[in-house]
Amino acid sequence: MRADKRARFDNYIVGSANRLAVAAAHAVADAPGAVYNPLFIYSSAGLGKTHLTHAIGNQAMARHPDMAIEYVPLEDFVEQLHAAIATGEMDRFKQRYGRVDVLLIDDMQFLTGRRETQSELLRLLNSLQGSKRQIVMTSDRPPAEIADVDERLIQKLSGGLIVDIGVPDYETRVAILRAKCEERSVTFEPGVIEELARVEFTNIRELQGALNRLAAAQATDGSLTPAQVNTLVGVPEPAPASSPTAAKQDEFFSFLTDIASAVAAQIEPWKVRVGEAVGFWKGEGYRTGPLERLMTEKQPPENWEALLRGFAQAIDQLKDLEQKASSVDPALGGSELFRDPERLTEAEAFVERALAGAVPPAGPQGAFARASFEESPSNQMAVRAADAVIAEPGHRYNPLFLSGPSGVGKTHLLNAIGNELARRGGANCRVACVGAQLFIDELIAALQDGTIERFRARYRAADVLLIDDVQFVGGKERTQDELFHVFNHFHAAGKQLVFASDVPPKQIEGLEERLRSRFEGGLVAELNVPDRTLREKLFGRFLADARVPTTPELLAYLAERSAASVRELIGTVHRILAAAETSGGPVTLPLAKQTLEPAVGAAPSPPPTVRQAADVFFLDDEKIVWEWPDAAGRLVEELR
Amino acid sequence: MSLVNYATREITCKIVYYGPGRSGKTTNLHYIYGQVPEDRKGKMVSLATQTDRTLFFDFLPLDLGSISGFTTKFQLYTVPGQVYYQATRRLVLQGADGVVFVADSQARQLDENIESFQDLHANLAEQGVDPRAMPIVVQYNKQDLPKELILPVAELSDAINFRGSPEFSADALHGPGVFETLRGISEQVLRRLSAAGAAPGTAAGAGTR
Repeated sequence: MRADKRARFDNYIVGSANRLAVAAAHAVADAPGAVYNPLFIYSSAGLGKTHLTHAIGNQAMARHPDMAIEYVPLEDFVEQLHAAIATGEMDRFKQRYGRVDVLLIDDMQFLTGRRETQSELLRLLNSLQGSKRQIVMTSDRPPAEIADVDERLIQKLSGGLIVDIGVPDYETRVAILRAKCEERSVTFEPGVIEELARVEFTNIRELQGALNRLAAAQATDGSLTPAQVNTLVGVPEPAPASSPTAAKQDEFFSFLTDIASAVAAQIEPWKVRVGEAVGFWKGEGYRTGPLERLMTEKQPPENWEALLRGFAQAIDQLKDLEQKASSVDPALGGSELFRDPERLTEAEAFVERALAGAVPPAGPQGAFARASFEESPSNQMAVRAADAVIAEPGHRYNPLFLSGPSGVGKTHLLNAIGNELARRGGANCRVACVGAQLFIDELIAALQDGTIERFRARYRAADVLLIDDVQFVGGKERTQDELFHVFNHFHAAGKQLVFASDVPPKQIEGLEERLRSRFEGGLVAELNVPDRTLREKLFGRFLADARVPTTPELLAYLAERSAASVRELIGTVHRILAAAETSGGPVTLPLAKQTLEPAVGAAPSPPPTVRQAADVFFLDDEKIVWEWPDAAGRLVEELR
Repeated sequence: MSLVNYATREITCKIVYYGPGRSGKTTNLHYIYGQVPEDRKGKMVSLATQTDRTLFFDFLPLDLGSISGFTTKFQLYTVPGQVYYQATRRLVLQGADGVVFVADSQARQLDENIESFQDLHANLAEQGVDPRAMPIVVQYNKQDLPKELILPVAELSDAINFRGSPEFSADALHGPGVFETLRGISEQVLRRLSAAGAAPGTAAGAGTR
């Protein structure tokens, strides 16, 4: 069958509902077999599938006059197939369709249940597609919804492009009507076509039918006004209120309305209020015993409003308690105790126990007192910043980042801040002071036991967080992640953060940008190698601590000697003390000279690996070995 | 039966349609059932004999949804009208919050009407309910019948409604008057809400602690 010459692209109105389908049809008609093969178009009846199919056929014919183009409704295809089978001319049937270049099949939905047609069609489609011939199909539903069709055929149909055509919108309907009028050379009064287009026809055939009717009416009665359109087209007036279903609804709903007002008028307002509160708090999951008992009163108690308020307050308190409990351990949050205002005191006791039982993060070490930290130009900025933090935690410098080489007192200062804040904050101020390594270890342990929530809660419950040796988090992604969140939590809550590191944030290797910028957001304060002033002060203090009488000359002599760290100074003091003990005499300048001079230049400085052990020295001076066996001794030991 | 439960925020009204046999009590319920939108329809339970006479009772639950924050449920019952179902009538009447007396307007049924109305009072009294305290409305049904067969409302009223309860004329088969009657009894019943709230045992959980 040839394509209908009247159905062309140029008289096919394109609107938003069919734009995609038309674009695909154009592409297929221009280059059959090259794109979108097969093209499957579906829409409900009368929206232009067939028109579009014919248009493809016509345009393909115009572009490629040598091509064999066949349009066939599925019903005809079935009939031909049956006839071919009946007359034993299957071969001819196959040949006929086998040489078609563009096959247009309409109304594919009629495939339902036709097994032999389906298998023949599948074979045909395979052979056509294999030789790059175009197939275009239409249906009133997508392939998958055509009932009782072979799965392989559905896959074949869905293999190319599936497009649908929707109901045209108002503008498209106007355009279609104008085009039809032009086609028939009919003219209407202005407004008539627009009025007709306003009627929401679900398909274009109806629209066309309505237009024909108007044209006929106009031919007999003379020109029409827009107002006549609806009556002529037979659009039902908006359903009158008296229609049976509407009456039904009305009768019932007016009854409902009356009941509602009767209820509202009769129920005692105070009981409604209390009842609402009961409903509300029950919905929130709280027990409402006191309110329920209140309900049973005959007369409203004088203070019923106060009772309601008191109940709400009790629930607020419960919420607070629950939050506290979950900050210790999220698992405690769901406890039934927090749901019953009548058990408020019980809940309070419970939270107290929970708080007491929880292990807070380590606090600062008491040995590091602020008072024993000596200030000098080399560390002045850091010390002043620390004092500012102590005075106004969370306000002045948050975070405070202490950086400086090993052994200049970062840990001391950090712990001193912690101790001071803990002392000033009293019992309620929880100061967490940990080494980064401990933070990492705890995080790993928490990950291992699946108690990460608890880990977070423990840290977040603290009011001040001080982390020493924060350079260790470099390159540890998960730790940085956690630290990032902890940091944000503290910062947002205005809680003080102090970090110490041997290098400024910029130089911490493997530190994520988001953390670096946060560290730098407060104050980065440097602690430098002790200068002469500081050395003198420190020697004075150390010797005084050892109850050794000193002379200014001795201190001046000692302070003159350069030192890379405070630890070195301590080492010096210890050597002098040891020498004094050996000789049995007092500590004097000559003794100091004698002890130190030969060693000048080879001053024993602990290798960096014992740095952590050195920290312990501050607590227990027996644990540290300052005098390492010389290289020869160690060699012998290893050779043994 | 409790009318309003503040704790569970429920209002439950039990309304019993009372009246002589074949006066149209079940027809009232059927009409109401037909008017309820599909999504609100409960199941109407009707135990009827083969000749469509109510053998035991009809039960129509009406879920009116949330009204002023209260889940409101109406339970409409009918009693079997025939004289010999006295026991069933008493059973159904138990705990009723309101009674609709459906009278048959046919002139030849007048005696049955009066007898049934007296029966209602007797049954209420037997249950220790003061009939004067029970909300009652009277419906004169079958007013659509030819004039020569029925008595006018005024006359019926004189004969039956000696207490001057609110009265409605109705044609339960086709609907007029059915909802008016239901509305009438509902308003009467709900008017007692505040008084009923003070009645013992109205709130669940009372005295449990």
